[in-house]
Amino acid sequence: MTGPAALAEARPPERRVRAYGVGRPGWSALVIAVAVIIATPVLAVVLDGVGSIGASTPPRGLAGMVVTTLALMLGVGAGSLVVGGGLAWLVTAYRFPLRNLLVWLLVLPLAMPAYVLGFIFLSVFDVAGPVQSFLRSAFGAGVWVPEVRSLPAAVLVMSLSLYPYVYLLARSALIEQSAGTYDAARTLGASRGRALRRVLLPLARPSLAAGLALVMMETLTDFATVQYFNVQTVSVGVYLVWKGTFDFHAATQLAVLVLLFAVAVLTGERALRGRARYHQHGGRGQGLQPELLRGARGWAATAACVAALAAGFLIPVAQLLVWAAGQLFSDASALTDARFADYLVNSLMVAGITAASCVILSMAIGHAIRLGGGRLVSFAAQLTTFGYAVPGAVVGIGVLLSFAAADDALERAGVPGGTGLVVTGSVLGILYAYVIRFIAPAYQSVSASLEKIPPTVTFSALSLGAAPRRILGRVHFPLARPGVAVAVMLVVIDAVKELPIVLLLRPFGFTTTSVWVYELARENFWEKASLPALVIVAVAVVPVFVLVRQTRRNESLGILAKEVRP
Amino acid sequence: MHPRPLVTAIVGLTALASTLSGCGVLGSQSADLQIYSARHYDLEGAFGQFTEDTGITVEFISGDDAELLERLKAEGEDTPADVFMTVDAGNLWNGARQGELAAIDSAVLDEAVPDDLRDTEGRWYGLAMRARTVTYNPEAVDPAEFDPVDTYAGLADPRWKDRLCMRDATSAYTQSLVASLIDLHGRDRALEIVQGWVANNVEIMSNDVLLLEAIDAGTCDVGINNHYYLARTLAEKPELAVDLFWASQQGAGTHVNISGAGVVEGADNPEDAQRLIEWLATDGQNAFVDANHEYPVNPTVEPEPVIAGFGDFSRMPLNAEAYGTLNADAVDLLAEAGYR
Repeated sequence: MTGPAALAEARPPERRVRAYGVGRPGWSALVIAVAVIIATPVLAVVLDGVGSIGASTPPRGLAGMVVTTLALMLGVGAGSLVVGGGLAWLVTAYRFPLRNLLVWLLVLPLAMPAYVLGFIFLSVFDVAGPVQSFLRSAFGAGVWVPEVRSLPAAVLVMSLSLYPYVYLLARSALIEQSAGTYDAARTLGASRGRALRRVLLPLARPSLAAGLALVMMETLTDFATVQYFNVQTVSVGVYLVWKGTFDFHAATQLAVLVLLFAVAVLTGERALRGRARYHQHGGRGQGLQPELLRGARGWAATAACVAALAAGFLIPVAQLLVWAAGQLFSDASALTDARFADYLVNSLMVAGITAASCVILSMAIGHAIRLGGGRLVSFAAQLTTFGYAVPGAVVGIGVLLSFAAADDALERAGVPGGTGLVVTGSVLGILYAYVIRFIAPAYQSVSASLEKIPPTVTFSALSLGAAPRRILGRVHFPLARPGVAVAVMLVVIDAVKELPIVLLLRPFGFTTTSVWVYELARENFWEKASLPALVIVAVAVVPVFVLVRQTRRNESLGILAKEVRP
Repeated sequence: MHPRPLVTAIVGLTALASTLSGCGVLGSQSADLQIYSARHYDLEGAFGQFTEDTGITVEFISGDDAELLERLKAEGEDTPADVFMTVDAGNLWNGARQGELAAIDSAVLDEAVPDDLRDTEGRWYGLAMRARTVTYNPEAVDPAEFDPVDTYAGLADPRWKDRLCMRDATSAYTQSLVASLIDLHGRDRALEIVQGWVANNVEIMSNDVLLLEAIDAGTCDVGINNHYYLARTLAEKPELAVDLFWASQQGAGTHVNISGAGVVEGADNPEDAQRLIEWLATDGQNAFVDANHEYPVNPTVEPEPVIAGFGDFSRMPLNAEAYGTLNADAVDLLAEAGYR
């Protein structure tokens, strides 16, 4: 997640490397092969959708869905930019009560699955919920309350749950880039605010753009939260059409539309990031020294952080705890249910293997680019990260479609049984789809760390006669460890929360904690669902802890790297 | 980490995964029968009892109806599934239409399941029935206010302005109710009815339990609910201020829908699959429907006490083909009427 910040620090190393003409065909071929394997299922959906254009009429209200999607993405993007960026500034530039604790607590909304958050929000804030009941009892039945099931409410809640992406990236950008330039601006007489606007914000732009892109892709692929708010985005439209009209091809057409939005986001991110390549030249200053906020101002800052944290984490967890207490009160044996262990082991196993696979592939891709693969390899690398912007169910269907096609092809070619039941008969299908979905955050973190390694290190190793493979293992991997750790954590958090893919592709006898929550929640057994939901949150909180410790250490490592950089 | 073992590592990890998850890479099933189910209510209980009665073991995976059907199609003849079980007659009809369900010939099922609750060709059979009817707060509504002939249409009357709560347009319950209204009255009249609800400022709720709580809280006077949500909520909270009114008793009858099952085309074990469906429609009816307070489809089986307390009612005949073919029209109509 610290990637773009680092990206901005130096010229892209691959250009210099390529100047020495050391591209390695074997490594380039590997990246292209990985990209093809990862892109195939998404392509299968696109082909199905494009192939059936004209066969189904677009759903009524399609234009409205497009407008809603745009409005939601822009709203949540702006909201999380303000909240995430603002909080990052607050905790970096000021000291106030509980700041050291809040710095990492503010990441916690990442641990809350969207399908849990949406329901909790409604049950707390909807007409029959405690908040409105209280307002009615206090001010009478006619009291005006804002519409809960509405676009503005969805924007608010999603901003407050997705801001950590911007927060994490903005914070590391502020810390890593501020030193010399910020001091110079201050020495030249700029106020703190002016130095922020004119120096720090432009420098942080690539990081903010990357965070924004992640938030927008999450918003685009979400269908759980938005449905609770009755906001019909194109992703919701895919489900509506699929389930409501029994027309699978019409649904894949809409899925193609979702992909177009994703392309727009990725293009937008590149444009926002622009050609900006800021790198720091010598002379480290003290950088942004946190200013102490005293008295009421200090506590106001604390309150702002807690308020942001409340919506995305504290209130939902409190509600889950209330439900869990109710459940335990009526049936204490629920706590010792053997399924907790079974399902949790499954969740962790899939998440762990996915994380390891994503990291290994990301390292290989990053390495190939570093060795100077050229445009095709860079494009292939881009392609592998596309899956993050595709809704989980669409990836799952794509995996089914492509394996069905492979099965047919093999059988026609005379292989008895074809591929058999590889996808849904084992966990391979789930792992495959997970890698497609989650390699993007892994690649981002890993490549960020790789880019911090000065190109001269690679040259030295190459000139001393080390094979690229050996350089990856003995030089790059050890140096990139902080990024690897971040990648593992991010993928584990996402994979433990993931639902639609595992629901669609799991083999018999394989249930994860998220599926268990789904089965109970679907029938509105929220008290029963609260315990496994808390397990998911708790499991996702652990990586968040480690992630934050890691980014702290990262900061010191970053400074070390700057010192050794020529 | 050396890159050479890259492929080895991935292969190793996936092999480990397969071993850990207890299923071979090519899939091996440990029970006699495999079931794909989009119905979730306490299946373990019913299947456990089936195994006790017959010695046939059962395993199932739950999921969403549309996804499970796509999965069946993608797996083709390799599918491990013997039985496909789902909620909503439209989904059953669609499964048969897509060629995923096999026709079976069963005198037991023909006798146990009423004609309109099963496929004419024997590809699926209804097993549990739910009614979608009117619920109201007795402190705010005199049931004599309801139109006894066409209660659903009656809610479009201006007298219900600002008093209605209903489910969202994305809900399958809403869609199948509207599909049946189209079937009953034609599209124009159905559109008028839905527009009437919208003109009455119907408050849209995103699930049936919240809807009941809203009626109880007095936020709305009248709602449309599946009967078992009321039974379930009453079981937990007997003081709930919500009563049930059987809709359209002097007219077409109350709207009902079913959960049902069919034998999967190309099933490995069609005999046991048929036996399970027969058992569920006869000896297993109570085990299958009672936990969720649903009505048995088999007229010789008594409903459980809580819903028996709701009294007898006459139901609208179920036209699965209409639910299936008209569902898309219902979605379109709801959008046209501005019902969200």
